[in-house]
Amino acid sequence: MAIEYIKLLEERLGDAAVESHSFRGFESAVVRSGAWERALEILKTDGKLNMLTDLCGLDHPGEKDRFEVVAHLYSVEKKKRVRLKTRCPEDDPSISTSTRVYPAADWFEREAFDMYGIRFDGHPNLKRILCHRDFVGHPLRKDYPKEKRQPFSTPDTLMDEMEILDPCDRPIVRSSDRKILDGVTIARSTIARSHDSRFLLNIGPSHPAMHGCFRVLVELDGERIRNAVPEIGYMHRCFEKEAEAHTWHQVIAYTDRLNYVSPIMNNAGYCMAVERLLDIEIPERAKWIRMLACEVSRICDHLVAVGANLVDIGALTNFWYLFNAREQFTDWIEALAGARLTATYTRIGGLSRDIPAGSNAQLRSCIKTMRQAIKDVAAMTKKNRILIDRTHGIGAISEEEAITRGFTGPCLRATGCAYDVRRAHPYYFYDDIEWDVPVGIRGDTYDRIFVRMEEMEQSARIIEQVLERLPEGPIMTSRRDVVLPPPHEVYGSIEGMMQHFKLAMHGIHPPEGEVYSYTEAANGELGFYIVSDGCERPYRARVRAPCFPIYQAFPMLIKGHLVADVVAIMGSLNIIAGELDR
Amino acid sequence: MNAMDISIAAARAVVIFGLVLSLIPVLIWMERKGAAYIQDRRGPNRAHILGFRLGGLVHMLADALKLLTKEEVTAAGVMKPLVFLAPALAFFAATATVAAVPFSGPISVAGQTLTLEVANMKAGLVYVLAISSLGAYALLLAGVTSQTSYSFLGAMRAASQFISYELALGMAALALFLVAGSLSLTDIAADQGAVLWRWNAFRQPLAFLIFMAALFAEASRLPFDLPEGDSEIVGYHVEYSSMRFAMFFMAEYAHIIVGSAVVAALFFGGWNIPFADQGLIAANAERIAAVAWPIAAVVLMLAGASIAQRFKKRFGDLRDYEPVMIGLPMMIAGVTLAILYAPLGDVILSTRWLPAAVTFVLGFTAVLAKTLLIASVFVWVRWTLPRFRYDQVMAFGWKILLPAGMLNLVVTAAIMLYLG
Repeated sequence: MAIEYIKLLEERLGDAAVESHSFRGFESAVVRSGAWERALEILKTDGKLNMLTDLCGLDHPGEKDRFEVVAHLYSVEKKKRVRLKTRCPEDDPSISTSTRVYPAADWFEREAFDMYGIRFDGHPNLKRILCHRDFVGHPLRKDYPKEKRQPFSTPDTLMDEMEILDPCDRPIVRSSDRKILDGVTIARSTIARSHDSRFLLNIGPSHPAMHGCFRVLVELDGERIRNAVPEIGYMHRCFEKEAEAHTWHQVIAYTDRLNYVSPIMNNAGYCMAVERLLDIEIPERAKWIRMLACEVSRICDHLVAVGANLVDIGALTNFWYLFNAREQFTDWIEALAGARLTATYTRIGGLSRDIPAGSNAQLRSCIKTMRQAIKDVAAMTKKNRILIDRTHGIGAISEEEAITRGFTGPCLRATGCAYDVRRAHPYYFYDDIEWDVPVGIRGDTYDRIFVRMEEMEQSARIIEQVLERLPEGPIMTSRRDVVLPPPHEVYGSIEGMMQHFKLAMHGIHPPEGEVYSYTEAANGELGFYIVSDGCERPYRARVRAPCFPIYQAFPMLIKGHLVADVVAIMGSLNIIAGELDR
Repeated sequence: MNAMDISIAAARAVVIFGLVLSLIPVLIWMERKGAAYIQDRRGPNRAHILGFRLGGLVHMLADALKLLTKEEVTAAGVMKPLVFLAPALAFFAATATVAAVPFSGPISVAGQTLTLEVANMKAGLVYVLAISSLGAYALLLAGVTSQTSYSFLGAMRAASQFISYELALGMAALALFLVAGSLSLTDIAADQGAVLWRWNAFRQPLAFLIFMAALFAEASRLPFDLPEGDSEIVGYHVEYSSMRFAMFFMAEYAHIIVGSAVVAALFFGGWNIPFADQGLIAANAERIAAVAWPIAAVVLMLAGASIAQRFKKRFGDLRDYEPVMIGLPMMIAGVTLAILYAPLGDVILSTRWLPAAVTFVLGFTAVLAKTLLIASVFVWVRWTLPRFRYDQVMAFGWKILLPAGMLNLVVTAAIMLYLG
């Protein structure tokens, strides 16, 4: 698949390229830690791998080079991927940073540092990101006890980060009202007292427009954002640590809580990764139903995102129109999975249950409501002068910039780049049916809103075609090392009973290996990098959350804009805290 | 000025302020129901007193009670008198404007000419502009004394927005002064008369649009609700709770009511009813009353019957009987009216004060209807448009409204000069 990159590395790096291997069709190259940055640079410039989709750490206690750094690179033009790995020893866990090559690596490296204590030399701001700054130890190391708790309550002032960032270069007017500012606004803020010449404002973590729980500290000049420092981790629930402590199946319920607005897509993404690891092909009907459930989830997610975004802009009524439609889709999800939000619908090897009776009529009526809602909302917003003035050119990002920053999903498509995993790397039957990839032109808030609106229509088209073509058949694979045997076999045959016992007591045991599986979730490429050591639990279950690199670019997007734009941009990026903080 | 005059003046003030205060819950109800129907939902319809829900109006009472009994929180280290003063000032500025608004035409009773207004001020228009701009101080006080960055931003927005839009408001009002030749609201309303196309909304359409836009900004209603901006900065009143917070809200609604009443007087002829001037009504008072009486009786009976037949077991408590409890008395009242028409009709229809009473009732109803109709525009716009951004508000105020207002003033002056 991407053997050319391995050859390229071997050619250019010589001895520094240690080895290469391929598993389930995904090429990996291992390089010496000294050649890490050089290898990335070669792959980016000569290999045209322009997007760093993911970078994470890995722990192998007891081995000579204990820590491993894994980067997943992608070329949007060539649609090719490669995995690059390196190792560093426990006594000096440091490698050079990749932020100079890929700006998107900034937060990924901070997370690897936070979780494993790997130091990235030359990183501009190597600071904990998900854990509190006073946290002791590195939670994802295998020797960090899962039960250990470290409660903290003092907030980070973030002033250290504020100092190293470049403020927006627009002229700053310091007027005579400075005295009022000093005396009045900052009096109660301990943060600002030591920097009393600035007007600092904490937007979040508890703020009506910060849907979820994020904080961004902004320095204001009047209402203009001069500088901004985001802080995340308020909703960090140790998903990856929990995943390592649970069986392969138990993790599915945890994935619900990633992007909690469209949980079935996370279920499907995770199950797909484990299935790839197990090398299972799920039955055809299961594939079609997964597509169906995923597209319904995508519509739900976009309805929430657009509705909430318009609320932030002050157009409250649209929210109700969109939520009426969402309510009906959620009713169907409830009938499908038994829960409205935490669906836990898919299973490794298939689905937990078949679609409910009457789905065809129900979904068609949902789509009808949704189309009417979209029509109403478009009529109220699309040509509204106020909305256009508030969103055109606001939070705009160019296509190249977005790719370097690791943008995926609607936010990337709004810039004009038609990258959609469903189209670029079709899984299930996405290449068998007719649908379009909507793209924007300016990459601003307006485009992001209306790309989402159009995607809902495309998802509706997919749903209609799936409903027409849905074949009969089983919904679970017949592989007995993965799926419980049917009751009559459990009670009626010794093999069935033994299989049931083995699965119930010991769970499934995927072969040793690693996969990076990616699907198009509502916010972009949802990647699961899963490493198995052959046990009943994942050795490492890394989530590449689409929000993570997008929120990383948030300060860049808001600098120079006004306070009101912050919430508009925030809403249009659709940052979901559950997925961002994991 | 004798004791009689003073007591009449005091009575007028009490009646009019009472009217504004009692219209506030009605407007909040209009807002919530209006929002609900715009947004495809039902709105408040559950709370009740002895089964009476009154279409959700009782909810406003429940809300008021809740707000009154809530804990008041005052941040440490603030100047308490100023924190208390802000909501009071907001409410004062919003309601005091009503003093210059006429709620009925002049009526002759017992040789005296009376108008339902607190004071017929010669400089009524100036008074309205002056008092309503005091509202800016309330918002400033609230925002600055709260000592929170968010409310401070709200106060800054309020100050700049109010200053910017007051000019446009004044420009629009000045054109009316040129047309009517008086600054008194009563005179301006009387000048428009009962001829529909002589109303200022049609004679001065540009001034009307400017005035309405500026009024939205002055009342800080969406799309101009930047001082509040609840999804961005939460607003100048973020540190206020309980009844002090409610005062700001009531001030906002009072502002809308009073503003609508001012618009009704300035642009929609006040108490005037299209094509039926005061003299005509007074001359035909007897006929109007003679027709209205049986119509009222029939309408009461029919409406009562249609309400009563909606009786249905739904809640399992007193609320089920609400249609009957309202419908039956209405039917009884209708029947009573019909019965009384024969013996009492002639007596009442031939009384001396009937013309005055009929003119007053019709004029007052006209003012009220116009006010509520204009207020419903505020509700409608709020649930339709997105919010402006700060720079857009400034650009709109200074680059569009103010020049347009000036242009309108100059053109009006030229026309007035030409017409002599």
